[in-house]
Amino acid sequence: MPNMDPKKCPMPSQEPNVRNKNFQEVALGYTAEMAVTEAQRCLQCKNHPCRSGCPVDIDIPGFIAHVANGEFEQAYQVIAQSSALPAVCGRVCPQENQCEGKCIRGIKGEPVGIGRLERFVADWYRENVHTKPQAPAPNGHKVAVIGAGPSGLTVAGDLAKMGYKVTVYEALHVAGGVLMYGIPEFRLPKDIVQHEIEGLKELGVDIECNMVIGKVLTIDELFNDYGFEAVYVASGAGLPRFMGIPGESLNGVYSANEYLTRVNLMKAYRPDARTPIQQSKAVAVVGGGNVAMDAARCAKRLGAETVYIVYRRGMAELPARKEEVEHAEEEGIIFKTLTNPVEVLGDENGWVRGMTCVEMELGEPDESGRRRPVVKPGSEFELDVDTMIMALGTSPNPLIRSTTPGLDADRHGCLITNGPDGLTTRPMVYAGGDAVTGAATVILAMGAGKEAAKAIDKAIKEKHGEA
Amino acid sequence: MFTITKRRELNPTVTELWVHAPLIAKKAKAGQFIIVRAKEDSERIPLTIAGFDPVAGTVSIIFQVVGAGTMELNTLREGEAVHDFVGPLGKATEIEGLQNVCVVGGGVGCAIALPVAQALHAQGAKVTGIVGFRSKDLVILEEEFRACCDELILVTDDGSYGEKGVVTAPLEAKIAAGANFDEVIAIGPLIMMKFVVKTTKPHGVKTVVSMNPIMVDGTGMCGGCRLTVGGKTKFACVDGPDFDGFEVDFDEAMHRGTMYKPFEARAREAACNLLKQEVQ
Repeated sequence: MPNMDPKKCPMPSQEPNVRNKNFQEVALGYTAEMAVTEAQRCLQCKNHPCRSGCPVDIDIPGFIAHVANGEFEQAYQVIAQSSALPAVCGRVCPQENQCEGKCIRGIKGEPVGIGRLERFVADWYRENVHTKPQAPAPNGHKVAVIGAGPSGLTVAGDLAKMGYKVTVYEALHVAGGVLMYGIPEFRLPKDIVQHEIEGLKELGVDIECNMVIGKVLTIDELFNDYGFEAVYVASGAGLPRFMGIPGESLNGVYSANEYLTRVNLMKAYRPDARTPIQQSKAVAVVGGGNVAMDAARCAKRLGAETVYIVYRRGMAELPARKEEVEHAEEEGIIFKTLTNPVEVLGDENGWVRGMTCVEMELGEPDESGRRRPVVKPGSEFELDVDTMIMALGTSPNPLIRSTTPGLDADRHGCLITNGPDGLTTRPMVYAGGDAVTGAATVILAMGAGKEAAKAIDKAIKEKHGEA
Repeated sequence: MFTITKRRELNPTVTELWVHAPLIAKKAKAGQFIIVRAKEDSERIPLTIAGFDPVAGTVSIIFQVVGAGTMELNTLREGEAVHDFVGPLGKATEIEGLQNVCVVGGGVGCAIALPVAQALHAQGAKVTGIVGFRSKDLVILEEEFRACCDELILVTDDGSYGEKGVVTAPLEAKIAAGANFDEVIAIGPLIMMKFVVKTTKPHGVKTVVSMNPIMVDGTGMCGGCRLTVGGKTKFACVDGPDFDGFEVDFDEAMHRGTMYKPFEARAREAACNLLKQEVQ
């Protein structure tokens, strides 16, 4: 008999006023009892709509059935068939728009806590099972992956499991991409990311850090001199966008990329860190996505007394994950929605002292289907801040496309592909993740990697008459 | 392993390291830069490539000890390795077709001006070198410059060596005397490059400057290295580091360069104390 509680089993978390002063993980995870109780809320319905909401097609009812029976290792094996990074996805996927958004328990109450269960299973496995994965017999083919973020790691894991020799080239000094430089420790602990990457290495994946492809080696050299038969480009997000308003070059204006990279990758929150970050009193983060929430919550933890999210549409339009918005509110982040900055104000020494904003109201829907924000006449006001963080999205990194002849990009700089396979305009060069879509989510990047891995396998086997 | 194959102290505060990095040595061109981390927890610092030897597979960096990062780098000996060494980043200096060039270097910036002068010399261009230092004991790479410059003018602020004065005086004199340079390439402190541009602009002599702003990743991601060039936002790591000197907003760049001064001072003091403890 299923558990008919209309609400999810609550997630134990650090108290808001404690956690907003530290970088330890906010959500503490289910106990085994909580996981079993929550798993029993799943009706094991026939159509399992949840599964269609998962970009990597995890057999969700299958793994939940094992959890409900206390069979956590079997549950892990079900997830691992589809996801290379379950401990990551359980923490950072926007489940409310994906699996949980389709769960029929959500019609009359809260959906099954699929994300929380996935996280529980991955954490349980990491803590309790120490058998190392076996590298499969090599199939004699080599594939290069550019970028060790979620998309690249997914391709690497899937191809390695099929017997391919995969080398992942990473530009930074550590693998993980946005999981390391972007998403903060309190949302995704870095030792968990590194543990998942160690698992890929045990499958035989080589990861070479400090390698900026396009500069130190070109894609042509990877084919001609290194004997790779296919290349997957997952070079991720690139240069940050700014608003183009006066004052954006003042000291104290950051892009979210820079702020988060200093805090997460370079550990600027630690007292002994070598990489500096501004000690702010009042911070405005401009933007409403997950990156904006991460930057705001980091700023609070670094000691800022006041932290604003400044967003030109309303609360309902915030693109961030619901849980991140809730967590931010609980931690004391102030939401200035329907507000848009028009100028950054500097003091006599060229440091940010505030910003001029205008109030907005929502008009007719625009091409994105969201109601277009329009300026309320005469609504100008000043907000006193000493730091501004621009979280307005990014354009794809230019280094690969500018050094690879025949690799076409659209006018935004996103690599052009044939659709789900990820094949670019160059034979045997595939691409996925933010390099193709522009800034999106971890799970979409992983989904693209899964499809590309299948397509790369098919193309290589066809070429050798092995299909 | 990025092993240090050779280490040389060029003056009391400036050190040259040759690092084994064969893939980078094969691709490096004058004007490009490296991101270095001395140790596992060090800051990522950008340093322009000072030399490269594709046969030996080595790349050289020359740096002045100014902050905690360079201080840590300066503790490494021959045979030890730097933890991370990434490059060659940025665009190479464009020298194709140039026949008569004045290369202006200031202080440790001369280290980066040298490979540009050498590359110009190798393609048969006439190279006039103007290099400036604060005083005689800070002079670096004089022999190397003499070897690749058709004419070398060396100046010191205090007159303890070469001509007394700053680089802009001989530059003005040369242009006024009809040197007819195709281009002036200036590499040094921001204030020097600003005044080089002030000197050349009235004469309409094209001037390229090499910018070295604060960076974190150096690969086109963080946006920290942004500059205003011709009224537009440019990123030194992927759009530069060379820019048209007439278009660069030097005052803004100088101001942005001071962002972490107080932190740097504290970090430097902490690093000094740490080193003292190690010695004791």
